[in-house]
Formats: sequence, structure tokens, C-alpha cells
Amino acid sequence: MSAVLEVEELSVDIPVSAGLLHPVQGVSFTVNRGETVCIVGESGCGKSLTALAIMDLLPSSARRLAMRLLLDGEDMLNASERRMSDIRGSKMAMIFQEPMTSLNPAYTIGNQLAEALTRHRRVSREQARERAVFLLEKVGITAAASRLRQYPHQLSGGLRQRVMIAMALMCGPDLIIADEPTTALDVTIQAQILLLLASLQKEFQMGMILITHDLGVVARVADRVAVMYAGQVIEAGDARQIFQQPMHPYTQGLLDCIPVPGKTQRGAHLGAIPGIVPTLIGDFIGCRFRERCNYAMVDCVSEEVSSRDAVQSGHTYRCLLGAQQCADNAKRKASA
Amino acid sequence: MTETVIELKDVTRTFMISAGAFRAKRPLHAVNGVSLTIKRGEVIGLVGESGCGKTTLARMMLGLLPATGGDIRIEGLPVETLDRLAIARMLQPIFQDPYSSLNPRKSVGSIIALPLKVQNDPDPASWRQRVEQIMELVGLPSRLYQNYPNQLSGGQRQRVAIARALINNPQVVICDEPTSALDVSVQSQILNLLQDLRRELGLTYVLISHNLAVVEHIATRVAVMYLGRVVEEAETETLFANPRHPYTQALLTSVLTPEPGLGVPDTHLGATFPNPVDPPSGCTFHPRCAQALAHCPRVIPTMTHVGETWVECHLYNGSLRKVS
Repeated sequence: MSAVLEVEELSVDIPVSAGLLHPVQGVSFTVNRGETVCIVGESGCGKSLTALAIMDLLPSSARRLAMRLLLDGEDMLNASERRMSDIRGSKMAMIFQEPMTSLNPAYTIGNQLAEALTRHRRVSREQARERAVFLLEKVGITAAASRLRQYPHQLSGGLRQRVMIAMALMCGPDLIIADEPTTALDVTIQAQILLLLASLQKEFQMGMILITHDLGVVARVADRVAVMYAGQVIEAGDARQIFQQPMHPYTQGLLDCIPVPGKTQRGAHLGAIPGIVPTLIGDFIGCRFRERCNYAMVDCVSEEVSSRDAVQSGHTYRCLLGAQQCADNAKRKASA
Repeated sequence: MTETVIELKDVTRTFMISAGAFRAKRPLHAVNGVSLTIKRGEVIGLVGESGCGKTTLARMMLGLLPATGGDIRIEGLPVETLDRLAIARMLQPIFQDPYSSLNPRKSVGSIIALPLKVQNDPDPASWRQRVEQIMELVGLPSRLYQNYPNQLSGGQRQRVAIARALINNPQVVICDEPTSALDVSVQSQILNLLQDLRRELGLTYVLISHNLAVVEHIATRVAVMYLGRVVEEAETETLFANPRHPYTQALLTSVLTPEPGLGVPDTHLGATFPNPVDPPSGCTFHPRCAQALAHCPRVIPTMTHVGETWVECHLYNGSLRKVS
């Protein structure tokens, strides 16, 4: 498998009035061709900023730092703004949460779809139109040719999100970044959109980063998972590893919080993670989860915690506890 | 336990929707003949896609919106004969977004005390003490009394909303998507709190949610709504173990449990949600139904009792089935 995207030690700094905010710190991961990597975490954990940093779409006050940021082997850290705008939309494309705000209400669907292609490729309007119809049909929109003349407000939320997906695919990108693509949609439509994304991604052998807070979505779509907390990836591995043997106390706690029909006893107390996320302004030493952690030790305050290997290969987590102890904790939680 | 608190009989609500300049307004039946009996101590879950009428139904129960037809009774009294204050003493809402449902310019203490003031509570000297008691009950430290909503986290804000709802000891709390705007770790805390409060205070909940896992966890009975009608109603256990209506079945399939390797389920709900101004004929679900029969587009189904479940679907109507 060849890597589409390689991210190493990606950080984002934003100066605010109280000091320097570090919303993303030392994030590393790789996306291979035909693979879906899910970034999961609660609000404010830095998952969306990670995506924007990769796309180089950060707010102008923010600063991006990284050891390495490669798309198809091409260095994006030192790419010019002109080169980046060639890459965006053509080699990597993004799907946002709210399709109503990311589509232009003043232009027809056909116009916006065609522009995505004519901006990057030397094609005639007729060819762009054909590609748009082809892709609208691909994403399951009936009467595609007549839809081209419609405006975004004439479509339902589910249809708009399908249009967004078609638009992202216009240039045949190698990487798709989907930021909460189904959060604004009904559960039934969510399932349809996810099914569509998964099948298109396999068909076109794209790499996909799916950002979500919904562990159910992660479990069903991801090949690999990165769990983020307070700007860091605190656990990463195959979907199976993360869900069947979560190592980090935060991942374990998160999985405990959600009721699962047929598994969680009805009406029983759900697990909870007490406390709140620490402020990320200024330098932070030690584990970021320590104040909410049941297993916190003295060393968690002073020692910088780096990622370590779990029992199975390819599975890493960021905690001072040994792999065996984490596995035992998980087992105890599961049986309780 | 079997005492009825709220009774809805054939309730309808129609909005007149403008179809554009120079065109006649058209009726939209947001709630179209809903009958529901809510018993004391129950948690009744209302589920369905957006636009199915869940929130309109809740607003009618709260007396915020008059019904166009049918009968709503709270504790046996018709809702239109009760004034707002009387309804507010019995029913209280908790809304989805604690960021917009709290007045940013009022302190936590005065937000929670407001219902006492509105109801002309005869004992103002005791307000502060009662507010602090209820704050303790919902897990808010009393030092937050003077704080403002923007100083609180999302979970704390939702606790303020819950405290405000409970200060006048209502019978029923209508929770409209109480945890949808919250993170999972906070959601579980709020759900635990709602459960504890119900046990301690003997509350009745109407829980509106699109998160079926949450509904399954808390509700004792579930009503599934589609285009303004309740299409299936049963005890939670029965409904989740044996969903009857094809729509309920599709809804349950769409629940994404955190189990890796299962993939994304196919709900087979082909067409998108129909336009409620121009609903399909016969059974309104037929264009999306994988099990539709020949007469589904023509004949409107009626509520039938199947096992422990009330369901509105031709598949369970023996006599009609034979005809087709």
C-alpha cells in the first residue's frame, strides 16, 4: 500500500490575548490509498484544526509547524500559495459539515460542480457538464441532468451533502477529508451518506480522513482510528484494536459513556468522565488527561508522555501505564 | 403508576404555508391525528426524522401552540381552559441547545429563580435557599450562583436548564433533544442525572430524540412518528426486540453501534423524506417502503394491535391483506 498523505509532528499555534494557544500538538499519522482513517474526539480536541492545517486553510493568525507533510510524496510545507490552490480541490478535497453554508446560494449546482473541474483541468464546459452528470448519478441523485439547473436551496439536506460529495470528486482527488459529513443529517440519511462515501472511496481507491465525534460512525467506517484529546493523538490503531482493546483511560472512558442497544443494561448508570478539558494556552507539561483520569499517578504531572506500543503491533497509545496494565483495566471495565 | 397525566386524542396541527407571491397558501399538516396517553412515571420516547412533527406535538402539550383539532388534556383538564401559568406548574420543557436557551445577561441564580417569580411564589425569602437546594440536586456547585451562562461549560448549562425546569416541582418534563448538543462524555452525565431525578422525584418524561440508542436506554415506551402521525407505539423492550412497522425497522437498522467490522447498514429507504405539503396518498410511507403492497398507495392504514404493539401498517391488517 502506498501512502497518500504523511503527517509527522503537526502542530498549530494561535496567539490569543492570554498567550499562545496550542490546539494541535505533535499529531502524526499516515493515510494509505484506499484507506479510511477516522479522527475522533470531543469538541475542542483539535480534530477540525488538524484537517484545516493539512489543507492549509487555517485562519491567518494561526501558525502551522510540522516535521513532514507529504501528499503523494510532494512536500506541502514549503509549497507556494499558488501551488496549494492547485492542489486543493484537485488532489485533495474537503467535505464540510453543513452543506448549506459551503454551497454558494447564488449559483446553480451545475455551475458550481463544473467550476470545480474547469478551475483545475483544461476541459470544455460540455465535458465538465458530462462529468457533473456522471458524478451526480454516482452519488445517487436521480434526474441528474435537470438538477444541474437547480439552486442549493431547492435541495434537501441529504441531497445537498450528496452534491458536496460529487463536487469533491470532480477532479478525482487522491485524498478526501470529510469533516463531520453527517452530523447535520437525520440518522437514516446519515447511514445512506456513509454507505455512499465508503463505496465511492473503495471504487476510486482514494484515501479518506473522516472527522467525527460519533464512535458509532467510527466503528462502522474506519480502517484505522486516531483518538484525539486536548490537541494530541492519545491512541491510534486499527478499528478493531481500538474498540475491542482500548488502551488509553480516555478511550476506555469514552466507550463507556455511550449506551449500546442490546449491550448496555437499560436504565443503568452510564460511565462518565468527570472534569473538563484543561486549557491549552501556554506550555503544558505532563499528561493532558491526568485530572480526569482514574489511574493518574505522581509522574503524570511531571513527565512528558510519549506514544508507546500496545500489545498488538500498529496500536499505539500515549500513557505512562504499561500495556499489560491498560489491557487489564479494559478487561475489568468490560466485565463490570 | 397507571394514572394518566397527559392525554392526546386525535390531535392535529395545520400550518398555512405560503407557496409564493400571488399563490394561495397551502395547508401543511405538521401533526395529523395523534392519539397518545402518557401515564405517571413513564418515560415516553418520541422518535422520527426531522419534520415528522415531534417538536410541534411537544409545543402543543406545553400550550405554546394551539391545536387545530382534537383534544389535549393535562391531568384530565382540557389544555385550552388552562392559562399559561397553570400549564407551566405542571409541565416544563428542557431544550436542545443550552447555549441559546439561557439568558446570557442573567446570573445562574436568577435564571433558576425566575419560574418562582413568574408564578408569584408567596415566599420570596426562601427563594435563595430553594435555588441552592435544586442546584445541589442537579449537581451544580453553589459557588456558581452568581456566575453567568458564558462562564459555564455545556454540561453545566444544561444542568441550569434542568434546575430551572424542576424548581416548581412539575409533574412532567418535556425533554426536546436534551443531549444532542453535548459531547458524549457530558451526554452520559446528563442522562444519568435525568434518570436519578426521575427516580427521586417521581417525574414523567416526554423524551424527544433522534438518537435511538439514548431513547432505548431511558424510555419506557416509544412512539415512532412519520409525517405527523404515530405509526408505531410499544414498550421500549418490545419495540426494539420486534419492530413491526417497516419505517421503525429502517430506523433501528440505521443505529450505528460502536461495533467494528459490521460496516454501514443499508436502510433501503430509497427516496428522501417526502414534501409534507404534498404528502403521498394512502399510507404516506409507501414510496420509501420496501415491503409496500398493491393497495398501500390507495388505502390509508388504521391503527391495529399486533401482539403488544400498536402499529399503523397494512402488513398487519389481515383482512385487507387477503383482498390484495
